[in-house]
Amino acid sequence: MIHDTIAAISTAVGEGGIAIIRVSGPDAIEGVDRIFRSRISLKDAQTHTVHYGHIVEPATNEPVEEVLVTLMRGPRSFTAEDVVEINAHGGVIAVKKVLDIVLQLDGFRTAEPGEFTKRAFLNGRIDLMQAEAVIDLIRSKSDRAFSVARKQAEGVLSKRIKSLRQTVIELLAHIEVNIDYPEHDVEEMTSAYIRDQCGSAIEEIDRLLKTANEGKILREGIVTAIVGRPNVGKSSLMNMLTQENKAIVTDIPGTTRDVIEQFVSLNGIPLRLLDTAGIRETNDVVERIGVERSRNALEDADLILFLLNNNEPLQAEDRELLDQLKERPVITVINKTDLPRQLEIEVVERAVPAHSIVPMSVLAEEGLDRLEQAISEMFFEGQLESHDLTYVSNVRHISLLKRARQSLADAIEASNMGIPIDVIQIDARSAWESLGEILGDEAGDSLIDQIFSQFCLGK
Amino acid sequence: MRYLAGEYDVIVIGAGHAGCEAALAAARMGCETLLLTINLDMVAFMPCNPSIGGPAKGHVVREVDALGGEMGRNIDKTFIQMRMLNTGKGPAVHALRAQADKFDYQHVMKKTIEETPHLTLRQGMAEELIVEDGKCVGIVTKTGAEYRSRTTVVTTGTYLRGKIIMGELMYESGPNNQQPSVKLSASLKEHGLELVRFKTGTPPRVHKDTIDFSKTEIQPGDDHPKFFSHETETSNNEQLPCWLTYTSEATHKIINDNLHRAPMFSGAIEGTGPRYCPSIEDKIVRFADKPKHQIFLEPEGKNTSEFYVQGLSTSMPEDVQLGILRSIPGLEKVEMMRNGYAIEYDAVVPTQLWPSLETKVIDSLFTAGQINGTSGYEEAAGQGIMAGINAARKVQGKKPIILGRSEGYIGVMIDDLVTKGTNDPYRLLTSRAEYRLLLRHDNADLRLTPIGYEIGLISEERYNKFLSKKEMVEMDIERLRNIKVKPDQVNEMLIAAGTAPMVNGTDALSLLRRPEVTYAMLETVVPSTPEMTEEMKEQVEIQIKYAGYIEKQLHQVERLNKMEKKRIPDDIEYNDINGLASEAKQKLALVRPLSLGQASRVAGVTPADISILLVYLEHYNRVTAARGSSYG
Repeated sequence: MIHDTIAAISTAVGEGGIAIIRVSGPDAIEGVDRIFRSRISLKDAQTHTVHYGHIVEPATNEPVEEVLVTLMRGPRSFTAEDVVEINAHGGVIAVKKVLDIVLQLDGFRTAEPGEFTKRAFLNGRIDLMQAEAVIDLIRSKSDRAFSVARKQAEGVLSKRIKSLRQTVIELLAHIEVNIDYPEHDVEEMTSAYIRDQCGSAIEEIDRLLKTANEGKILREGIVTAIVGRPNVGKSSLMNMLTQENKAIVTDIPGTTRDVIEQFVSLNGIPLRLLDTAGIRETNDVVERIGVERSRNALEDADLILFLLNNNEPLQAEDRELLDQLKERPVITVINKTDLPRQLEIEVVERAVPAHSIVPMSVLAEEGLDRLEQAISEMFFEGQLESHDLTYVSNVRHISLLKRARQSLADAIEASNMGIPIDVIQIDARSAWESLGEILGDEAGDSLIDQIFSQFCLGK
Repeated sequence: MRYLAGEYDVIVIGAGHAGCEAALAAARMGCETLLLTINLDMVAFMPCNPSIGGPAKGHVVREVDALGGEMGRNIDKTFIQMRMLNTGKGPAVHALRAQADKFDYQHVMKKTIEETPHLTLRQGMAEELIVEDGKCVGIVTKTGAEYRSRTTVVTTGTYLRGKIIMGELMYESGPNNQQPSVKLSASLKEHGLELVRFKTGTPPRVHKDTIDFSKTEIQPGDDHPKFFSHETETSNNEQLPCWLTYTSEATHKIINDNLHRAPMFSGAIEGTGPRYCPSIEDKIVRFADKPKHQIFLEPEGKNTSEFYVQGLSTSMPEDVQLGILRSIPGLEKVEMMRNGYAIEYDAVVPTQLWPSLETKVIDSLFTAGQINGTSGYEEAAGQGIMAGINAARKVQGKKPIILGRSEGYIGVMIDDLVTKGTNDPYRLLTSRAEYRLLLRHDNADLRLTPIGYEIGLISEERYNKFLSKKEMVEMDIERLRNIKVKPDQVNEMLIAAGTAPMVNGTDALSLLRRPEVTYAMLETVVPSTPEMTEEMKEQVEIQIKYAGYIEKQLHQVERLNKMEKKRIPDDIEYNDINGLASEAKQKLALVRPLSLGQASRVAGVTPADISILLVYLEHYNRVTAARGSSYG
């Protein structure tokens, strides 16, 4: 545990400003290097240097956030270990997302309360006088964390995680009995059983993770970009949405990008509207900066409203956008339905069959209900869940759930490949351990207990 | 009349599976050793099932052998059936199990002991420890013989205040109606050891000629038996089959009708029984919806008609036992030769031991086997050899040998016992090991032979043989890494094995990584050198096939070892550590872990407590270092 690599947001979390994610430990440099795209590899970089680049989603290599990364090799760092600090600019959501990616790295985990300080002490960076203070810090914070965990343990979430764990432990007990009591008359372990058990656990994790998304959306709004070539009615739609909700409109100055965000509620669906300057190739330097920002904003968006003009045939620019947005979460809005139709809707439908298409007229203030319905379907499967649903909100929980999911997926894959069950057990067990970490449970003897309560064994 | 009967380096009390290993190890390490037993006819006796091995247990036998112990060699000489279990699963859980001729097993072990230099086998019942200044310096027997010693190993099994229970009947007894050891218990207590009451049981034995085998299924041994000892190369032992039958509805009815007579439920039994080895009445109550239970009929030896009825451990009254037996298909007319019974006995709370198996309260006193709260011959042997080694090393002024959790099942077991204690008789399971893939049956010698050699229990000759095997395995892996295989050489074979054909050539090692490809298949294309034995080939295949998983576990072990290496000083005062939770203070003070790793496994100690302990230790070390330098 003292030789893991740990990470945490080490600045106060708030809107705007710069947030720093501090990573410390033996794998810090190599690990972050795997998710950092830059001109230079961190492994080759000199100590005490700053590097510009992007944090990318490791699976897709998609950039997630523009960052500055500071590199400090041990022992010349705060903890005397290798330390990487990621300076992110994008506000709460972006920072959490980066942390999320960091925590998915193999051998990385969230720092415990006071852990950076503790390591600094253990590695001789802090003087003796501070030892007591470090202890107090660990005690008080972990006690607080404990009481929070206890509160959560009584909640709905922990019940669901417990039952999820039960599914996994039953599988484990089954595997173990097969191994330790090979002649016992329990049904032979089949790969179908492993697949079923892991599969249903994965489904449940997905449901929980979805609440994580819904929870985030409810708290932070669906980040929405309105996109289209000039004069299709972007500003009108924006105005319509904001004017409708004048009472709750707030201007939140964006962080470093100066994209203006407006927070609106469309009949209970919270939208965070990004005002994009328009996507267009341009030679004008000033405008180019604006466009560049828009592109970045587009990449962050949870929802893209793509506007087309009902009254005009498809333009080259429309087609290009259509093509760019193929893989994105898009609702195509066909505006100006009050005017005669000249748009080739069939072409649009063929080009982006996965997108929902909403005809509306901003001028006639018509079709807003259809848009609302489409958004609701896209994000809440048609119904906005009631408020008392328990959400997985904690970054640590999310990363542990994802880790458990990965282990279960590995188990299924191994099973399909014909790998023996005692090896598959390793994956299943690590899923069980990840889930246990959410609850703060120790693995301990509970597996042994399960084996003996589930199966009748003896000589 | 008390008299001085002799002086020894090491005294071992009890000649069961723990005691035999302890005494042999100590004597072979050059210590003058006395092995005392209540009855010389009971050396290495198997009071319960006539078999050795199985998952985790068989691994322990291999480990005992790799360390230079006797159990593996002894069963290889005396088995009447050998089976490799779990062959359809991964290599880590392949497990050898033998049916023993229980009489041969005893005789051969006794002979070995009698012929071992420095070892004295003597009948006598130890009744009292001689403790001077907190140190055990000898024992006194029932007949007044006083034996002085430098270290003492207690391996009393189920003899300590043993009590047999069967229905309404209850009497003081050791296993199989042997004399129990009554007074030693009081002596252990008097010197500060806390004892608990555990319980175990055994099924009835029946006469072979009264079994109708036609109603049962035959369970033969393997055609090509493997062996426990790394020294055994061949065997001419004739194999006998076991037989499988099941309980019936009638069985369950008889048990249910007589539950009021079962001591398990009437409250007559106070000891805690093993969960993994419940009596048949216990199984039927706890798993009421299970219509039938397996019953294995196992021969107890070549020259006996007694059959062991595995699955039918019971403490029901004798008449009910007979009824139960005769309700089972194949046993309708069976004659019971011995009845089953439950036995209660005293055990030492194992958290009172250091990982060396020396007790914390009495210096130079070691305990091993069932007295430490375990159950099973193999568990006993595993502890026995360690206690014998460490008792001898203490005499020789050397540091104890402590096996880590990543080195062997023996290490897992002892760490569990001394760190967590146990609430019921402890049985090893492969699931207790977190590094199961490293603790394989096949690599016990690779893991432990160097240790056995270092402590002097493995001969030069055997060690050299081991080294050359190890080298040949490594060379063969290199060979496969460097051989290129072309698609047309193997594609036909690959398709036949149900795996994808190759497009480009690759090295033989990569090919062997595929789950479907075996070493034997590969040999048809790239034959190995004639010196490669089957065992070596198996080793190569496993090391290549599971390399990814093995490496992952090795990486985890590496991290664990860093925690294990952080030693906790003997004089640490947990009460003085500000910030430790009071539960942690209490538990840590009780267990007194040797390392931070061990501390982290103590029940009730949280990660926050470990963090605080870590900070405290650093503080402590700096203060000590500062003091050292100012005095120096």
